[in-house]
Amino acid sequence: MRPDTASLPDASIAELRALLDRREVSSVEATRAYLDHIGAVDGAVRAYLQVTEDVALQQAAEADARLAAGETGPVLGVPMALKDLISTEGIETTCGSRILRGYRPPYDATTYARLRKGGAVLLGKLNMDEFAMGSSNENSAFGITANPWDLSTVPGGSSGGSAAAVAAREAAFTLGSDTGGSVRQPAALCGVVGVKPTYGRVSRFGLIAFASSLDQIGPFTRTVEDSALVLSLIAGHDPLDSTSVPLAVPDYASALGGDLRGLRVGVPDEYFVEGIEPGVEGAVRAAIEQLESLGAQAVRVSLPSTGYALATYYIIAPSEASSNLARYDGVKYGYRSPEGEDLIETYLRTRDEGFGPEVKRRIMIGTYALSSGYYDAYYLKAQKVRTLIKAEFDRVFEQCDVIAAPTSPSVAFKLGSRTADPLSMYLSDVLTIPPSMAGIPAINVPCGFSDGLPVGLQLICKAFDEATMLRVAHAYERSTEWHLRRPPLLISVAGS
Amino acid sequence: MELTSEEVRHIASLARLGLTDEEVETLQAQLGDILGHVNQLNELDTGNIPPTAMVIAVQDVVAEDEPRPSFPVDVMLANAPERKGNYFRTKAVLGYET
Repeated sequence: MRPDTASLPDASIAELRALLDRREVSSVEATRAYLDHIGAVDGAVRAYLQVTEDVALQQAAEADARLAAGETGPVLGVPMALKDLISTEGIETTCGSRILRGYRPPYDATTYARLRKGGAVLLGKLNMDEFAMGSSNENSAFGITANPWDLSTVPGGSSGGSAAAVAAREAAFTLGSDTGGSVRQPAALCGVVGVKPTYGRVSRFGLIAFASSLDQIGPFTRTVEDSALVLSLIAGHDPLDSTSVPLAVPDYASALGGDLRGLRVGVPDEYFVEGIEPGVEGAVRAAIEQLESLGAQAVRVSLPSTGYALATYYIIAPSEASSNLARYDGVKYGYRSPEGEDLIETYLRTRDEGFGPEVKRRIMIGTYALSSGYYDAYYLKAQKVRTLIKAEFDRVFEQCDVIAAPTSPSVAFKLGSRTADPLSMYLSDVLTIPPSMAGIPAINVPCGFSDGLPVGLQLICKAFDEATMLRVAHAYERSTEWHLRRPPLLISVAGS
Repeated sequence: MELTSEEVRHIASLARLGLTDEEVETLQAQLGDILGHVNQLNELDTGNIPPTAMVIAVQDVVAEDEPRPSFPVDVMLANAPERKGNYFRTKAVLGYET
Protein backbone atom coordinates (compact mmCIF):
# COMPACT_ATOMS: atom_id res chain seq x y z
CA MET A 1 0.00 0.00 0.00
CA ARG A 2 1.26 3.44 -0.87
CA PRO A 3 1.84 5.49 2.28
CA ASP A 4 0.28 8.89 2.79
CA THR A 5 3.20 11.21 1.98
CA ALA A 6 1.99 13.93 4.39
CA SER A 7 2.79 11.60 7.29
CA LEU A 8 6.30 10.78 6.00
CA PRO A 9 8.04 13.33 8.26
CA ASP A 10 6.88 11.24 11.22
CA ALA A 11 8.96 8.27 10.09
CA SER A 12 12.27 7.51 11.78
CA ILE A 13 15.33 7.11 9.55
CA ALA A 14 15.01 3.34 9.90
CA GLU A 15 11.31 3.43 8.89
CA LEU A 16 11.95 5.76 5.97
CA ARG A 17 14.84 3.49 4.92
CA ALA A 18 12.45 0.56 4.62
CA LEU A 19 9.97 2.59 2.55
CA LEU A 20 12.73 3.83 0.22
CA ASP A 21 14.29 0.40 -0.19
CA ARG A 22 10.93 -1.19 -0.99
CA ARG A 23 10.42 1.65 -3.50
CA GLU A 24 7.12 2.52 -1.83
CA VAL A 25 8.21 6.10 -1.69
CA SER A 26 10.91 7.98 -3.57
CA SER A 27 13.47 10.33 -2.04
CA VAL A 28 11.94 13.17 -4.07
CA GLU A 29 8.53 12.40 -2.56
CA ALA A 30 9.96 12.25 0.94
CA THR A 31 11.90 15.47 0.36
CA ARG A 32 8.78 17.24 -0.93
CA ALA A 33 6.84 16.02 2.08
CA TYR A 34 9.48 17.54 4.36
CA LEU A 35 9.58 20.79 2.40
CA ASP A 36 5.76 21.04 2.64
CA HIS A 37 5.86 20.32 6.34
CA ILE A 38 8.59 22.94 6.87
CA GLY A 39 6.34 25.38 5.01
CA ALA A 40 3.49 24.53 7.38
CA VAL A 41 5.28 24.72 10.74
CA ASP A 42 8.49 26.71 10.41
CA GLY A 43 6.70 30.04 10.50
CA ALA A 44 6.02 29.20 14.14
CA VAL A 45 9.21 27.29 15.02
CA ARG A 46 11.75 29.23 12.91
CA ALA A 47 14.35 26.46 13.12
CA TYR A 48 15.68 27.13 9.61
CA LEU A 49 17.86 30.05 8.61
CA GLN A 50 17.78 28.83 5.03
CA VAL A 51 15.77 26.12 3.25
CA THR A 52 17.82 24.80 0.33
CA GLU A 53 14.86 23.57 -1.70
CA ASP A 54 16.56 23.40 -5.11
CA VAL A 55 19.63 21.66 -3.70
CA ALA A 56 17.42 19.22 -1.80
CA LEU A 57 15.32 18.24 -4.80
CA GLN A 58 18.43 17.82 -6.95
CA GLN A 59 20.13 15.64 -4.32
CA ALA A 60 16.90 13.66 -3.85
CA ALA A 61 16.72 12.96 -7.58
CA GLU A 62 20.33 11.75 -7.47
CA ALA A 63 19.48 9.52 -4.51
CA ASP A 64 16.53 8.08 -6.42
CA ALA A 65 18.87 7.22 -9.30
CA ARG A 66 21.19 5.41 -6.88
CA LEU A 67 18.24 3.58 -5.35
CA ALA A 68 17.02 2.61 -8.81
CA ALA A 69 20.48 1.20 -9.53
CA GLY A 70 20.08 -1.13 -6.56
CA GLU A 71 22.19 0.80 -4.08
CA THR A 72 21.21 1.21 -0.44
CA GLY A 73 22.73 2.66 2.73
CA PRO A 74 21.52 4.05 6.04
CA VAL A 75 20.88 7.62 4.86
CA LEU A 76 20.54 7.18 1.09
CA GLY A 77 17.67 9.50 0.11
CA VAL A 78 17.00 10.61 3.69
CA PRO A 79 16.29 14.35 4.16
CA MET A 80 18.35 16.06 6.87
CA ALA A 81 19.58 19.52 7.88
CA LEU A 82 22.72 21.03 9.40
CA LYS A 83 23.49 23.56 12.10
CA ASP A 84 24.68 26.67 10.31
CA LEU A 85 28.31 26.26 11.38
CA ILE A 86 28.92 23.13 9.32
CA SER A 87 30.46 24.25 6.04
CA THR A 88 28.52 23.56 2.86
CA GLU A 89 30.30 24.43 -0.37
CA GLY A 90 28.66 27.37 -2.12
CA ILE A 91 25.76 27.45 0.39
CA GLU A 92 25.69 30.36 2.81
CA THR A 93 27.04 29.40 6.24
CA THR A 94 26.61 32.17 8.82
CA CYS A 95 27.35 30.62 12.24
CA GLY A 96 24.35 32.68 13.38
CA SER A 97 26.50 35.80 13.09
CA ARG A 98 26.22 39.06 11.25
CA ILE A 99 29.98 38.90 10.68
CA LEU A 100 29.55 35.85 8.41
CA ARG A 101 26.36 36.90 6.63
CA GLY A 102 26.73 36.05 2.95
CA TYR A 103 29.76 33.79 3.50
CA ARG A 104 29.78 30.85 1.10
CA PRO A 105 32.37 28.24 2.09
CA PRO A 106 34.73 27.05 -0.65
CA TYR A 107 34.56 23.45 0.64
CA ASP A 108 32.33 20.98 2.48
CA ALA A 109 32.84 19.96 6.08
CA THR A 110 33.93 16.31 6.31
CA THR A 111 30.69 15.39 8.14
CA TYR A 112 28.59 16.86 5.33
CA ALA A 113 30.82 15.24 2.69
CA ARG A 114 30.34 11.84 4.38
CA LEU A 115 26.57 12.28 4.57
CA ARG A 116 26.51 13.32 0.91
CA LYS A 117 28.58 10.29 -0.04
CA GLY A 118 25.96 8.23 1.79
CA GLY A 119 23.23 9.95 -0.24
CA ALA A 120 21.60 12.11 2.45
CA VAL A 121 19.58 15.10 1.21
CA LEU A 122 20.24 18.62 2.53
CA LEU A 123 17.00 20.45 3.40
CA GLY A 124 18.74 23.53 4.77
CA LYS A 125 20.77 25.26 7.44
CA LEU A 126 19.58 25.65 11.01
CA ASN A 127 19.48 28.51 13.47
CA MET A 128 21.91 28.60 16.39
CA ASP A 129 23.35 30.88 19.03
CA GLU A 130 25.98 33.07 17.40
CA PHE A 131 29.27 31.12 17.17
CA ALA A 132 27.60 28.38 19.27
CA MET A 133 27.73 30.59 22.35
CA GLY A 134 24.50 30.31 24.27
CA SER A 135 21.93 27.98 25.79
CA SER A 136 18.68 29.32 24.34
CA ASN A 137 19.24 30.25 20.67
CA GLU A 138 18.44 33.83 21.66
CA ASN A 139 21.98 34.90 20.74
CA SER A 140 21.41 34.30 17.03
CA ALA A 141 21.86 37.44 14.94
CA PHE A 142 18.97 36.24 12.78
CA GLY A 143 16.06 35.89 15.19
CA ILE A 144 14.87 33.41 17.76
CA THR A 145 13.77 29.79 17.40
CA ALA A 146 10.82 28.54 19.45
CA ASN A 147 10.48 25.23 21.28
CA PRO A 148 7.90 23.12 19.41
CA TRP A 149 6.47 21.89 22.75
CA ASP A 150 5.61 25.41 23.87
CA LEU A 151 6.26 28.27 21.49
CA SER A 152 6.74 30.72 24.38
CA THR A 153 9.80 28.78 25.60
CA VAL A 154 13.35 28.41 24.29
CA PRO A 155 14.56 25.33 22.38
CA GLY A 156 17.86 25.42 24.28
CA GLY A 157 21.18 26.08 22.64
CA SER A 158 23.44 26.51 21.03
CA SER A 159 22.12 23.87 18.55
CA GLY A 160 18.53 24.99 19.22
CA GLY A 161 17.49 24.96 15.56
CA SER A 162 18.87 21.43 15.13
CA ALA A 163 16.88 20.16 18.13
CA ALA A 164 13.66 22.03 17.32
CA ALA A 165 13.74 20.84 13.69
CA VAL A 166 13.86 17.19 14.75
CA ALA A 167 11.17 17.67 17.43
CA ALA A 168 8.88 19.38 14.89
CA ARG A 169 9.57 16.68 12.24
CA GLU A 170 11.23 19.26 9.98
CA ALA A 171 14.08 16.84 9.13
CA ALA A 172 14.62 13.12 9.61
CA PHE A 173 17.82 14.00 11.44
CA THR A 174 20.10 16.96 11.96
CA LEU A 175 23.68 17.61 12.99
CA GLY A 176 24.71 20.05 15.68
CA SER A 177 27.87 20.73 17.64
CA ASP A 178 28.53 20.39 21.35
CA THR A 179 31.22 22.36 23.19
CA GLY A 180 29.77 22.44 26.72
CA GLY A 181 26.33 20.91 26.14
CA SER A 182 25.14 22.45 22.88
CA VAL A 183 23.76 19.15 21.54
CA ARG A 184 22.55 17.54 24.77
CA GLN A 185 20.85 20.53 26.44
CA PRO A 186 18.66 21.50 23.45
CA ALA A 187 17.93 17.80 22.85
CA ALA A 188 16.68 17.62 26.45
CA LEU A 189 14.57 20.75 26.15
CA CYS A 190 13.05 19.64 22.83
CA GLY A 191 12.51 15.99 23.80
CA VAL A 192 14.77 14.35 21.20
CA VAL A 193 17.89 12.16 21.19
CA GLY A 194 21.19 14.06 20.97
CA VAL A 195 24.73 12.66 21.02
CA LYS A 196 28.01 14.29 21.97
CA PRO A 197 30.66 11.83 20.79
CA THR A 198 34.08 11.43 22.39
CA TYR A 199 36.44 14.30 21.58
CA GLY A 200 38.29 13.06 18.49
CA ARG A 201 35.58 10.63 17.35
CA VAL A 202 34.13 12.85 14.59
CA SER A 203 36.11 15.04 12.21
CA ARG A 204 35.75 18.77 12.75
CA PHE A 205 37.16 19.77 9.38
CA GLY A 206 34.80 22.46 8.10
CA LEU A 207 33.19 23.02 11.49
CA ILE A 208 33.53 26.73 12.27
CA ALA A 209 35.67 26.70 15.41
CA PHE A 210 34.54 27.91 18.84
CA ALA A 211 36.69 26.15 21.50
CA SER A 212 39.06 23.73 19.83
CA SER A 213 39.83 21.51 22.83
CA LEU A 214 36.10 20.85 23.34
CA ASP A 215 34.09 21.11 20.08
CA GLN A 216 32.49 17.93 18.70
CA ILE A 217 29.80 17.37 16.06
CA GLY A 218 26.90 15.07 16.91
CA PRO A 219 23.49 13.95 15.61
CA PHE A 220 19.94 14.81 16.69
CA THR A 221 17.35 12.13 15.97
CA ARG A 222 13.99 10.94 17.24
CA THR A 223 15.27 7.46 18.16
CA VAL A 224 18.50 6.05 19.57
CA GLU A 225 18.78 3.63 16.65
CA ASP A 226 18.78 6.59 14.25
CA SER A 227 21.58 8.29 16.20
CA ALA A 228 23.58 5.06 16.03
CA LEU A 229 23.11 4.95 12.24
CA VAL A 230 24.20 8.56 11.73
CA LEU A 231 27.12 8.37 14.15
CA SER A 232 28.56 5.32 12.38
CA LEU A 233 28.58 7.32 9.16
CA ILE A 234 30.13 10.55 10.40
CA ALA A 235 32.65 9.06 12.87
CA GLY A 236 36.19 8.07 12.02
CA HIS A 237 39.63 9.38 11.26
CA ASP A 238 40.04 12.24 8.83
CA PRO A 239 43.49 13.29 7.63
CA LEU A 240 42.13 16.85 7.42
CA ASP A 241 41.53 16.97 11.21
CA SER A 242 44.65 16.02 13.18
CA THR A 243 42.57 15.71 16.38
CA SER A 244 40.39 12.97 14.88
CA VAL A 245 41.63 9.63 16.14
CA PRO A 246 42.69 6.71 13.94
CA LEU A 247 40.41 4.17 15.66
CA ALA A 248 38.06 1.80 13.83
CA VAL A 249 34.39 2.83 13.98
CA PRO A 250 32.01 0.14 15.22
CA ASP A 251 28.67 -0.44 13.49
CA TYR A 252 26.81 1.15 16.38
CA ALA A 253 23.32 0.17 15.19
CA SER A 254 24.14 -3.53 14.97
CA ALA A 255 25.46 -3.44 18.55
CA LEU A 256 22.05 -2.37 19.89
CA GLY A 257 19.80 -4.84 21.67
CA GLY A 258 20.17 -7.31 24.50
CA ASP A 259 19.27 -6.64 28.09
CA LEU A 260 21.12 -4.71 30.76
CA ARG A 261 21.89 -7.55 33.15
CA GLY A 262 25.20 -6.99 34.91
CA LEU A 263 25.45 -3.36 33.81
CA ARG A 264 26.50 -0.96 36.57
CA VAL A 265 24.88 2.49 36.40
CA GLY A 266 26.67 5.17 38.39
CA VAL A 267 24.45 7.81 39.98
CA PRO A 268 26.57 10.80 41.03
CA ASP A 269 25.38 12.65 44.14
CA GLU A 270 26.66 15.96 42.76
CA TYR A 271 24.22 15.88 39.80
CA PHE A 272 21.17 15.89 42.09
CA VAL A 273 21.79 19.06 44.05
CA GLU A 274 20.10 22.36 44.74
CA GLY A 275 18.93 24.05 41.56
CA ILE A 276 17.58 20.90 39.90
CA GLU A 277 13.83 21.27 39.31
CA PRO A 278 11.85 18.66 41.28
CA GLY A 279 10.04 17.56 38.09
CA VAL A 280 13.41 16.92 36.41
CA GLU A 281 14.87 15.05 39.37
CA GLY A 282 11.70 12.92 39.67
CA ALA A 283 11.73 11.91 36.00
CA VAL A 284 15.46 11.11 36.01
CA ARG A 285 15.22 9.07 39.25
CA ALA A 286 12.32 7.14 37.71
CA ALA A 287 14.42 6.52 34.59
CA ILE A 288 17.23 5.09 36.74
CA GLU A 289 14.70 2.76 38.42
CA GLN A 290 13.58 1.74 34.95
CA LEU A 291 17.19 0.86 34.06
CA GLU A 292 17.31 -1.26 37.23
CA SER A 293 14.10 -3.02 36.24
CA LEU A 294 15.85 -3.88 32.96
CA GLY A 295 18.58 -5.66 34.91
CA ALA A 296 21.08 -2.89 35.60
CA GLN A 297 22.47 -2.23 39.04
CA ALA A 298 22.51 1.36 40.31
CA VAL A 299 25.70 2.38 42.13
CA ARG A 300 26.04 5.60 44.10
CA VAL A 301 29.18 7.45 42.95
CA SER A 302 30.83 10.79 43.63
CA LEU A 303 32.38 13.36 41.30
CA PRO A 304 33.42 16.02 43.83
CA SER A 305 34.76 18.58 41.32
CA THR A 306 31.44 18.80 39.44
CA GLY A 307 30.66 22.19 40.98
CA TYR A 308 33.92 23.61 39.61
CA ALA A 309 33.45 22.49 36.02
CA LEU A 310 31.36 25.51 35.02
CA ALA A 311 34.05 27.94 36.21
CA THR A 312 36.72 25.89 34.46
CA TYR A 313 34.71 25.98 31.25
CA TYR A 314 34.15 29.73 31.41
CA ILE A 315 37.90 30.23 31.37
CA ILE A 316 38.94 27.59 28.84
CA ALA A 317 36.17 28.00 26.25
CA PRO A 318 36.30 31.83 26.04
CA SER A 319 40.12 31.75 25.97
CA GLU A 320 40.12 29.41 22.99
CA ALA A 321 37.28 31.39 21.39
CA SER A 322 39.13 34.69 21.72
CA SER A 323 41.98 33.12 19.78
CA ASN A 324 39.79 31.33 17.18
CA LEU A 325 37.67 34.41 16.52
CA ALA A 326 40.70 36.62 15.87
CA ARG A 327 40.36 35.56 12.22
CA TYR A 328 37.25 37.71 11.70
CA ASP A 329 38.92 40.91 10.63
CA GLY A 330 36.84 42.10 7.68
CA VAL A 331 39.63 41.31 5.21
CA LYS A 332 39.28 37.75 3.89
CA TYR A 333 35.54 37.07 4.13
CA GLY A 334 32.39 38.19 5.88
CA TYR A 335 31.34 41.61 7.06
CA ARG A 336 33.56 44.69 6.82
CA SER A 337 32.56 47.95 8.44
CA PRO A 338 32.48 50.82 5.97
CA GLU A 339 33.75 53.05 8.80
CA GLY A 340 37.41 53.25 9.73
CA GLU A 341 40.18 55.46 8.42
CA ASP A 342 42.92 52.85 8.59
CA LEU A 343 43.29 49.11 9.00
CA ILE A 344 43.21 49.06 12.81
CA GLU A 345 40.12 51.25 12.86
CA THR A 346 38.51 48.90 10.34
CA TYR A 347 39.25 45.91 12.60
CA LEU A 348 37.81 47.68 15.64
CA ARG A 349 34.62 48.78 13.89
CA THR A 350 34.11 45.52 11.95
CA ARG A 351 34.35 43.38 15.06
CA ASP A 352 32.22 45.68 17.21
CA GLU A 353 29.48 45.87 14.57
CA GLY A 354 29.79 42.27 13.35
CA PHE A 355 29.70 40.37 16.67
CA GLY A 356 26.73 40.26 19.04
CA PRO A 357 26.87 40.95 22.80
CA GLU A 358 27.49 37.36 24.00
CA VAL A 359 30.34 36.81 21.54
CA LYS A 360 31.96 40.08 22.56
CA ARG A 361 31.55 39.12 26.22
CA ARG A 362 33.32 35.79 25.67
CA ILE A 363 36.10 37.34 23.60
CA MET A 364 36.62 39.82 26.43
CA ILE A 365 36.72 37.09 29.12
CA GLY A 366 39.11 35.01 27.05
CA THR A 367 41.38 37.89 26.20
CA TYR A 368 41.49 38.88 29.86
CA ALA A 369 42.28 35.31 30.98
CA LEU A 370 45.10 35.00 28.44
CA SER A 371 46.52 38.47 28.93
CA SER A 372 49.93 39.13 30.37
CA GLY A 373 50.02 38.57 34.13
CA TYR A 374 46.76 36.62 34.27
CA TYR A 375 47.58 33.49 32.26
CA ASP A 376 48.75 31.40 35.24
CA ALA A 377 45.90 32.54 37.47
CA TYR A 378 43.19 31.72 34.96
CA TYR A 379 43.97 29.57 31.90
CA LEU A 380 46.68 27.44 33.49
CA LYS A 381 44.66 27.09 36.70
CA ALA A 382 41.60 25.99 34.71
CA GLN A 383 43.66 23.42 32.79
CA LYS A 384 44.82 21.96 36.11
CA VAL A 385 41.26 21.72 37.39
CA ARG A 386 40.42 20.04 34.11
CA THR A 387 42.94 17.34 35.03
CA LEU A 388 41.09 16.82 38.34
CA ILE A 389 37.71 16.55 36.61
CA LYS A 390 39.03 14.01 34.11
CA ALA A 391 40.75 11.95 36.84
CA GLU A 392 37.49 11.77 38.82
CA PHE A 393 35.63 10.39 35.81
CA ASP A 394 38.43 7.83 35.28
CA ARG A 395 38.06 6.68 38.89
CA VAL A 396 34.25 6.52 38.75
CA PHE A 397 34.39 4.37 35.62
CA GLU A 398 36.21 1.74 37.71
CA GLN A 399 32.97 1.44 39.72
CA CYS A 400 30.40 1.66 36.91
CA ASP A 401 29.92 1.23 33.16
CA VAL A 402 27.73 4.24 32.52
CA ILE A 403 26.75 7.33 34.50
CA ALA A 404 23.10 8.41 34.60
CA ALA A 405 22.13 12.00 35.46
CA PRO A 406 19.86 14.80 34.36
CA THR A 407 20.94 16.60 31.17
CA SER A 408 19.53 20.01 32.07
CA PRO A 409 18.63 21.22 35.57
CA SER A 410 15.37 22.63 34.20
CA VAL A 411 12.84 22.08 31.45
CA ALA A 412 12.58 24.66 28.68
CA PHE A 413 12.45 28.16 30.15
CA LYS A 414 10.54 31.19 28.88
CA LEU A 415 11.97 33.19 26.02
CA GLY A 416 13.67 36.28 27.44
CA SER A 417 13.78 35.00 31.02
CA ARG A 418 17.57 34.60 31.27
CA THR A 419 18.92 37.05 28.71
CA ALA A 420 19.56 39.87 31.18
CA ASP A 421 21.86 37.80 33.41
CA PRO A 422 24.68 35.96 31.58
CA LEU A 423 25.57 33.86 34.64
CA SER A 424 22.03 32.48 35.02
CA MET A 425 22.16 31.46 31.33
CA TYR A 426 25.58 29.82 31.82
CA LEU A 427 24.12 27.68 34.64
CA SER A 428 21.88 25.94 32.05
CA ASP A 429 24.94 23.87 31.11
CA VAL A 430 26.12 23.00 34.60
CA LEU A 431 25.42 19.25 34.12
CA THR A 432 26.66 18.89 30.54
CA ILE A 433 29.97 20.71 30.94
CA PRO A 434 31.80 18.16 33.14
CA PRO A 435 31.81 15.36 30.50
CA SER A 436 32.87 17.94 27.90
CA MET A 437 35.85 18.92 30.05
CA ALA A 438 36.82 15.23 30.27
CA GLY A 439 36.28 14.70 26.51
CA ILE A 440 34.00 11.71 27.11
CA PRO A 441 30.80 10.82 25.23
CA ALA A 442 27.30 11.54 26.49
CA ILE A 443 23.79 11.23 25.13
CA ASN A 444 20.43 12.79 25.92
CA VAL A 445 17.40 10.49 25.86
CA PRO A 446 13.84 11.74 26.52
CA CYS A 447 12.73 10.41 29.93
CA GLY A 448 9.46 12.12 30.77
CA PHE A 449 7.65 15.41 31.11
CA SER A 450 7.37 18.09 33.74
CA ASP A 451 4.71 20.78 33.36
CA GLY A 452 4.07 19.43 29.85
CA LEU A 453 7.69 19.98 28.78
CA PRO A 454 10.26 17.27 28.01
CA VAL A 455 12.86 16.07 30.52
CA GLY A 456 16.13 14.50 29.40
CA LEU A 457 18.21 11.69 30.85
CA GLN A 458 21.96 12.07 30.30
CA LEU A 459 24.01 8.88 29.94
CA ILE A 460 27.78 9.33 30.09
CA CYS A 461 30.41 6.72 29.17
CA LYS A 462 34.17 6.21 28.97
CA ALA A 463 36.09 7.69 26.05
CA PHE A 464 35.27 5.88 22.77
CA ASP A 465 32.64 3.70 24.47
CA GLU A 466 29.73 5.13 22.49
CA ALA A 467 28.58 1.56 21.80
CA THR A 468 27.73 0.96 25.49
CA MET A 469 26.13 4.38 25.81
CA LEU A 470 23.90 3.78 22.80
CA ARG A 471 23.02 0.25 23.91
CA VAL A 472 21.84 1.47 27.33
CA ALA A 473 19.96 4.42 25.82
CA HIS A 474 18.29 2.10 23.32
CA ALA A 475 17.24 -0.42 25.97
CA TYR A 476 15.73 2.40 28.02
CA GLU A 477 13.96 3.93 25.02
CA ARG A 478 12.43 0.62 23.99
CA SER A 479 10.94 0.18 27.45
CA THR A 480 9.25 3.61 27.44
CA GLU A 481 7.04 5.63 25.12
CA TRP A 482 8.35 9.16 25.74
CA HIS A 483 9.94 9.34 22.31
CA LEU A 484 6.61 8.64 20.63
CA ARG A 485 4.86 11.74 22.01
CA ARG A 486 4.29 14.56 19.56
CA PRO A 487 4.50 18.29 20.29
CA PRO A 488 1.03 19.96 20.42
CA LEU A 489 2.10 22.10 17.46
CA LEU A 490 2.02 19.04 15.18
CA ILE A 491 -1.40 17.99 16.37
CA SER A 492 -2.81 21.44 15.60
CA VAL A 493 -1.16 21.41 12.14
CA ALA A 494 -2.52 17.96 11.39
CA GLY A 495 -5.97 19.02 12.56
CA SER A 496 -6.05 22.20 10.52
CA MET B 1 35.25 41.86 41.58
CA GLU B 2 34.71 44.87 39.39
CA LEU B 3 37.09 45.83 36.59
CA THR B 4 37.87 49.49 35.99
CA SER B 5 36.72 51.04 32.73
CA GLU B 6 40.42 51.47 31.82
CA GLU B 7 40.95 47.72 32.25
CA VAL B 8 37.94 46.94 30.08
CA ARG B 9 39.17 49.34 27.38
CA HIS B 10 42.66 47.83 27.53
CA ILE B 11 41.29 44.27 27.06
CA ALA B 12 39.02 45.50 24.26
CA SER B 13 41.96 47.03 22.45
CA LEU B 14 43.94 43.78 22.77
CA ALA B 15 40.92 41.95 21.30
CA ARG B 16 40.46 44.59 18.59
CA LEU B 17 36.91 45.32 19.68
CA GLY B 18 35.93 48.96 19.28
CA LEU B 19 33.43 49.01 22.13
CA THR B 20 31.06 51.92 22.66
CA ASP B 21 31.04 53.70 26.04
CA GLU B 22 27.76 51.98 26.85
CA GLU B 23 29.24 48.56 26.09
CA VAL B 24 32.26 49.30 28.29
CA GLU B 25 29.95 50.14 31.18
CA THR B 26 27.83 46.98 30.75
CA LEU B 27 30.87 44.74 30.40
CA GLN B 28 32.51 46.25 33.48
CA ALA B 29 29.71 44.83 35.62
CA GLN B 30 29.20 41.57 33.68
CA LEU B 31 32.88 40.63 33.46
CA GLY B 32 33.13 41.37 37.16
CA ASP B 33 30.30 38.90 37.90
CA ILE B 34 31.78 36.21 35.67
CA LEU B 35 35.32 36.59 37.01
CA GLY B 36 33.88 36.53 40.52
CA HIS B 37 32.33 33.16 39.70
CA VAL B 38 35.42 31.66 38.08
CA ASN B 39 37.61 32.81 40.97
CA GLN B 40 36.06 29.99 43.03
CA LEU B 41 38.70 27.77 41.37
CA ASN B 42 41.15 29.30 43.85
CA GLU B 43 39.47 27.14 46.51
CA LEU B 44 41.14 24.11 44.91
CA ASP B 45 44.74 23.20 45.65
CA THR B 46 46.28 22.40 42.27
CA GLY B 47 49.92 22.74 43.34
CA ASN B 48 50.99 19.29 42.13
CA ILE B 49 48.45 18.83 39.35
CA PRO B 50 49.69 18.98 35.76
CA PRO B 51 47.56 20.96 33.30
CA THR B 52 45.42 19.20 30.67
CA ALA B 53 45.41 20.85 27.26
CA MET B 54 44.34 17.78 25.31
CA VAL B 55 42.03 15.06 26.61
CA ILE B 56 42.97 12.34 24.12
CA ALA B 57 46.35 10.77 23.64
CA VAL B 58 47.08 11.94 20.12
CA GLN B 59 50.47 13.52 19.71
CA ASP B 60 52.63 15.01 17.02
CA VAL B 61 50.44 14.27 14.04
CA VAL B 62 52.38 15.03 10.90
CA ALA B 63 51.27 14.99 7.30
CA GLU B 64 53.33 13.58 4.47
CA ASP B 65 55.22 16.37 2.75
CA GLU B 66 53.60 15.80 -0.59
CA PRO B 67 52.47 18.50 -2.99
CA ARG B 68 48.76 18.55 -3.75
CA PRO B 69 46.49 20.97 -5.57
CA SER B 70 45.55 24.19 -3.80
CA PHE B 71 42.33 26.16 -4.20
CA PRO B 72 42.34 28.51 -7.18
CA VAL B 73 42.94 32.16 -6.30
CA ASP B 74 39.49 33.22 -7.50
CA VAL B 75 37.81 30.73 -5.16
CA MET B 76 39.83 31.99 -2.20
CA LEU B 77 39.04 35.60 -3.04
CA ALA B 78 35.35 35.01 -3.76
CA ASN B 79 34.25 35.93 -0.22
CA ALA B 80 36.55 38.94 0.16
CA PRO B 81 34.79 42.22 0.99
CA GLU B 82 37.16 43.89 -1.46
CA ARG B 83 39.82 42.63 -3.83
CA LYS B 84 42.32 44.16 -6.19
CA GLY B 85 43.66 41.80 -8.82
CA ASN B 86 44.83 38.68 -7.05
CA TYR B 87 45.00 40.37 -3.63
CA PHE B 88 42.75 41.15 -0.69
CA ARG B 89 42.34 44.92 -0.58
CA THR B 90 42.32 46.62 2.83
CA LYS B 91 42.52 50.09 4.26
CA ALA B 92 46.06 51.45 4.48
CA VAL B 93 48.11 49.87 7.25
CA LEU B 94 50.22 52.96 7.94
CA GLY B 95 47.48 55.55 7.79
CA TYR B 96 47.84 56.75 4.20
CA GLU B 97 46.66 55.50 0.83
CA THR B 98 49.24 54.29 -1.68
